[in-house]
Amino acid sequence: MNALLRTEEVSKAFGGVQALSDASLEVAPGRITGLIGPNGSGKTTLFNVITGYERADSGHVYLDGKAITNFRPARVFGLGIGRTFQLTRIFPSLTVIENMLIAGHLKHRSRNPLAVSGGAAARHHAMGLLEFTGIAGHAGALAGTLSYGQRKLLELAYVLVADPDVVLLDEPAGGVNPSLINHIGDRIRELNAAGKTFLIVEHNMDFVMGLCHDITVLDSGTVVATGPPEQIRANPRVLDAYLGSETDDND
Amino acid sequence: MIASKVTATQVTAPRLRPAQLSRAGAIVAVLAALVAFPLVITNPAITNYGVLTLIFVAAAASWNIFSGYSGYISLGHAVFFGSGAYFTGIATKDWNLSGSAVFALLPLAGLVGAVLAVPFGLVALRVRRHTFVVITIAVFFVFQLMAYNLQSLTGGTSGLLGPTINFSPATFNNPFYYIALIIAVIVVALSFLIRRSRFGLQLRAIRDDEDRAAGLGVKVMPVKLSAFVISAVPTAMVGGLLWYYLGLIDPSSGFDPLFDVAVVLMAFLGGLGTVTGPVLGALLIEPARLYFQQQTTYIYLILYGALFLVVILVLPRGIIPTAAERISGWRARRKGSTGQVAASPAPAGPDAVTDRASEPA
Repeated sequence: MNALLRTEEVSKAFGGVQALSDASLEVAPGRITGLIGPNGSGKTTLFNVITGYERADSGHVYLDGKAITNFRPARVFGLGIGRTFQLTRIFPSLTVIENMLIAGHLKHRSRNPLAVSGGAAARHHAMGLLEFTGIAGHAGALAGTLSYGQRKLLELAYVLVADPDVVLLDEPAGGVNPSLINHIGDRIRELNAAGKTFLIVEHNMDFVMGLCHDITVLDSGTVVATGPPEQIRANPRVLDAYLGSETDDND
Repeated sequence: MIASKVTATQVTAPRLRPAQLSRAGAIVAVLAALVAFPLVITNPAITNYGVLTLIFVAAAASWNIFSGYSGYISLGHAVFFGSGAYFTGIATKDWNLSGSAVFALLPLAGLVGAVLAVPFGLVALRVRRHTFVVITIAVFFVFQLMAYNLQSLTGGTSGLLGPTINFSPATFNNPFYYIALIIAVIVVALSFLIRRSRFGLQLRAIRDDEDRAAGLGVKVMPVKLSAFVISAVPTAMVGGLLWYYLGLIDPSSGFDPLFDVAVVLMAFLGGLGTVTGPVLGALLIEPARLYFQQQTTYIYLILYGALFLVVILVLPRGIIPTAAERISGWRARRKGSTGQVAASPAPAGPDAVTDRASEPA
């Protein structure tokens, strides 16, 4: 199987803390891959290494067979990996539609430096995505006035603007209410049905098990299991390392 | 795929015409009033207020193009102001210029500002927030010291005297007024165009979260530096204009820390990062400063400090954004029952989200 996104023995230490040690992960094209593990197991660090926000001490990251290890975030983004952040990173003093336009600014550029940002095509595209995620009604509002759940939806919409090949979602269901969790899950399924590849970090087990085709389990920076949800659920090592040892997994 | 979800949206349709028309009408009316001002009110004591106020309108609006949009608060724009003034003074002396010919130096003064802004920006823009502010202050003092010490060039403490200007005393202020007006109008128009452009959007994204903007492919250094250079040009030009108008420049008035304090205060009072805010701030503050300075020399300094406190405590976002919020809130309440604002797709859509309130830190 040819992985679209692959990490090969990635290691990363912060001072004396080994956040990742030889973490290898594969994300197959057209599938939804879950990345789970206890708090502090290195999930977000692995996201950061893949997307260039942290430098790996050793190991490699490949996108479609090409090494992208330690590329700058902008370059990784330009190559087709979009991501969201655990604590959303939207631009609070820009409006929702402006957030969308800044995320798509590389695609729609004009020769005239003073042309109004985002032509008709860019705005139409952005509005379509806002309707898709369900926050089109807030297009003119300042992003900073959105609720936490709406920010999650905005981040999902704006990571899609540039039409990345792989979408990395860091806790898309974290801290949002159950009906919205279902809403987000449905959107992801719909995008996936249209061919989009996902890698998702999530603590909500029902969400992950119901959504993902493949799951990779991290524990103390090392991959301890990989497989389909039913296998992971039954894997004693996973139960031991993660599910069994931790009852309160909503940080 | 997602396109199939797109229903017709009216975002791209032209906005309400009456609103646009009345805005255009208001702009024409204000411009006409500004052009007519020195012709109607010919008292030089009053038109003097007009000249100095317009100079500060241009300075505050150009400062805002960089600092207001990018969030990098520069306290070093007096470097451009003073350098523009000294360049105009030195060139006037060396090239024996007089009368209206001196005005032709102003574009060159702007160029001097731009040339200085490149190395200044390359150094200062490597750091952020407070560190950036401190570096701009440091560069400012370097320039002030140079003005004191490069005596052959700057005349040292005694400064540079302008040539005698033989304009008719009755209309002496008018050429200065109109040139200041032209610069101010161009800067405000440029500020408006930049704010709604892709470049302006990138600047404002940098203000909110520079690293995230960089991660989305915004070339942050070129964008910041361009804005810094653009904002230096008119600042240097009005510096040159002020020197010629006053007929004297020395290190303490050319490189004056109070210039930056005034410009920052104007932008904060009116609304940092808005097009009209710094203009409004300058229109309110500069005439008041001149008035108080004529009454008791230094009382305006105390008032500057007091006003700064009031703005930070009561109006932290400035007059324009606060007023805009009040008005739109009032409009929304008036609509209230008739039209729901939100369009939520699912029965329990995102609008129903009432969970954990936003983020820590």
